Amino acid sequence: MSIVKLNVNGAAHEVDVDPSTPLLYVLRNDLDLHGPRFGCGLGQCSVCTVIIDGVAVRSCITPVSAVRGQVTTLEGLAKDGKLHPLQQAWIDEQAAQCGYCQNGQIMTAKALLDRNPNPSDAEIRTAMDGALCRCMTYYRVQAAIKRVVRGTTAAGAAK
Amino acid sequence: MSAVLHLPKAVEESILQSGGASRRSFLKGSGALVITLSVATLPGNGALAAEPAAAGPYPDPDFLQLDTWIVIHPDNTATFYVGKTDGGQGTGTAYRQMMCDELDIAYDSTRLIMGCTDITPDQGGSGGSDGVERDGWAMRRVSAEARRVLLELGGQHLGVPVEMLAVSNATITSKSGASKKVTYAELIGGKRFNVAVTGRNVDNIAVKAPVKPVGELRVVGQPMKRYDIPGKVDGSLKWAVDMKLPGMVHARNVRPPLAGATLQRIDESSVADVPGFLRVISRGNYVAVICQREEQAIRAARQLKVDWTPPASAPFPASAELFKYMRSAAATVTSEPQVQGDPATALAGAAQVIEAEYEVPFQGHTAIGPAHALADPSDGQMTIYSNDMKAYGLRNGVARFLDMPREKVRVVYMDGPQVYGRTAADDAGFEAAFLAHEMGRPVRMQWMRDEETAWDTKGPPYVFKLRGGLDSQGKLVALEYDACAADHNHLGYNEPDTVLIAQLMGRRPARPSRGSAEAPSVMYAIPHRRTTTRIVGLPMIWETPLRTGNLRDPNGPQVTFAFESFIDEMAAAAKADPVQFRLDMLSAASEDAVFRKARSLAVVTAAAKAFKWDARPSPRPRTAARGNLLTGRGIAYTYRGSTIAATIAEVQVNRETGHVWVKRLACAHDCGLAINPEGLRHTVECGMLHALSRALYEEVQFDGGKVTSVDWASSPTLRHADTPQAIDIVLVNGDPNPARADLAPYGAGETSHKPVIAAVANAIYDATGVRLRRPPFRSDRVLAALRAAKV
Repeated sequence: MSIVKLNVNGAAHEVDVDPSTPLLYVLRNDLDLHGPRFGCGLGQCSVCTVIIDGVAVRSCITPVSAVRGQVTTLEGLAKDGKLHPLQQAWIDEQAAQCGYCQNGQIMTAKALLDRNPNPSDAEIRTAMDGALCRCMTYYRVQAAIKRVVRGTTAAGAAK
Repeated sequence: MSAVLHLPKAVEESILQSGGASRRSFLKGSGALVITLSVATLPGNGALAAEPAAAGPYPDPDFLQLDTWIVIHPDNTATFYVGKTDGGQGTGTAYRQMMCDELDIAYDSTRLIMGCTDITPDQGGSGGSDGVERDGWAMRRVSAEARRVLLELGGQHLGVPVEMLAVSNATITSKSGASKKVTYAELIGGKRFNVAVTGRNVDNIAVKAPVKPVGELRVVGQPMKRYDIPGKVDGSLKWAVDMKLPGMVHARNVRPPLAGATLQRIDESSVADVPGFLRVISRGNYVAVICQREEQAIRAARQLKVDWTPPASAPFPASAELFKYMRSAAATVTSEPQVQGDPATALAGAAQVIEAEYEVPFQGHTAIGPAHALADPSDGQMTIYSNDMKAYGLRNGVARFLDMPREKVRVVYMDGPQVYGRTAADDAGFEAAFLAHEMGRPVRMQWMRDEETAWDTKGPPYVFKLRGGLDSQGKLVALEYDACAADHNHLGYNEPDTVLIAQLMGRRPARPSRGSAEAPSVMYAIPHRRTTTRIVGLPMIWETPLRTGNLRDPNGPQVTFAFESFIDEMAAAAKADPVQFRLDMLSAASEDAVFRKARSLAVVTAAAKAFKWDARPSPRPRTAARGNLLTGRGIAYTYRGSTIAATIAEVQVNRETGHVWVKRLACAHDCGLAINPEGLRHTVECGMLHALSRALYEEVQFDGGKVTSVDWASSPTLRHADTPQAIDIVLVNGDPNPARADLAPYGAGETSHKPVIAAVANAIYDATGVRLRRPPFRSDRVLAALRAAKV
């Protein structure tokens, strides 16, 4: 075990863990941030996705000691009590079924829109392709992303 | 480690307001006021931690007491308690809508608690898409009865005869003057109804009040937004997978490397260096490791040295040999042939006879989140925090498994990954309870991805043989259907002697379960028919990763694939339009009690209209100047129970690569009364896409000793890039009297899932002229078929 420093959702944390521990377990078990979830532990499904300095990262295969920069989890998207436009779009579009994978869908979409605010349908499909959903909410997830691109969420929030 | 309890907000509120220990004492109480808190003043999680795992015993809530179902709070809101779970189809929202309408209370003034065995009535949890269709009636009746009782109380309170009262949004007014009014809360807020209903079981509850006619329903039929989605997109909802308890430790399983391997020796010294290592627990061939932290348990499970003796003979054939094996295997069950008319003579006299065989492989549940549960053995009780769709069955099964009185076991249902039958045999729930019992402290069990994909329950594989005869007018006059399913020892519901841990420990029932092989569900008039089915088993039926269980409409997608593909083959042989061919057979059918003939005709017609179907025979005529992308469309129709669906798929097949893209899907769907049309549409849509995944990708592969589909690379699934460009869903009410006051809602969780594989196969045929008789239609298989046919 050793002390690892992390900055998550704007707050500084120190945790005493084995440095090889995947970031996922530190977020979930030490910091009580449950947005990222275990899906495969192999970096294949995106359910564990967090954003580190603007990049969507699979926290299940990222050793906590390798994390540099600002980590954002699903819990960190809302600002001042207001949902992120993607979260609002997910509600407007009723995008979830069970919802277990939606962390991966939303965080992958956020990383996409942060680097390309106006993606084409084809770009959305490509960027989202690694975010798996076994309820098959893909059609609505894509519709929710397009809502944000068009700036037509119920909250009226633009990007 | 965090020492904080995490419960779903709704459960937490329930426990704090009127639930948990106080909820139970409320239910058996004397009608005294109970302490209630409004939502705004709820304390946080810390306060709940001070009142840990409310000690039992946990008697069954009495479903014959109104108080078990409905509590009216002093702030004029209500909490509903139902014995169901929601796998993500929004059924919880639908239950609330139905209960609000009958109680006459605004949707936003209510909450719903589901599936917690000590505080909600036993309605069996979920399964068979019957939540709205069957269990909804009990919910509606008790709500109507509560309204009746409140109106009586209101009449007494206001001194006005009941027939002179009106009620709206939990407020009763006198029709003669609105100044005379009283709220539900003023009458009974925080107090018990103390009203019993009658009925021999929960599905047959009888009450004095009638349920409302459809025309008076105001909340039902509205596209209410699901109450659970906000907490699922902002990270605030606590799921079963998030549950933590003070002193909790982490478990991981160590599975036999080969099916049927026998445990010889465990070398515990091999994990001595793993930090936080606590124990190896083993019984028979069941092995688990326990560590302080999650990542330590994962490491210990990988590192533990276990010697296994391979089985003496192969537990099953390799997947490449499966269908050959099934065709020659001795049947464990052979059904009596179902014969109508004289099919042999009709076939002999037919102008054209077509014969075809179809195959469907094992397909897994492959949940996005592997199995998990947290079990707490405090105070000699056992509480399991679980996403089990059948929470009540888990409770009963665990009590028997651990030889504990039922009253000492409870299951707290929390949200989880989609189940579709997976948790009907809740392996992780039993394992967590067993390990917690052994450890004497809370244990969290979590399966890994390779374990879930290899060892979850599977939908049974099938081989089919069909023969059909057309008369000289191209009419289907005779049909022989033979189905064989490898479904021997199909898993039961949370049985203490069939869940995986029991099998590995050597606990078994006297005989394996029967399983099933099914006939198709269609309304077609075919004068001469013969239907035969049989079930076969694999060589190894216990301790095998090829355990069959209920996978979303357990036999429907397989059976409908074969049958509706064959109907398409017959239509092609008759040079008939596939839609018209079906409509003709439906038109000639006789009607039944739920008007499935009329509704089937309406549904097939509506699907064709929504798709803008171009009537012509399949395959699409080849044109000289065609490129590499061949397009076509196919239809399939079926029913499940009383719900009817017809799906049309438009495919684009790449001649060079064999890649199939389903560009467009249209579905017409009649499930009677739509409680929440928006939630219904989404469920229909996702049911179709789940089946599209089964059509294009899903297949469990195995060698002679183990499953080799173990992750998302070796067990691919539908992805974003595969999503159709357009999905059209038409909600049909094909009832001959569509405005009937007693129009019933029917189940919708599985019907749209059923016809899609066939619709895609039929569309591929239309596009290419090549008939694919075995899903999944992966590129390599499609390409090989196209090449063989020189397309």
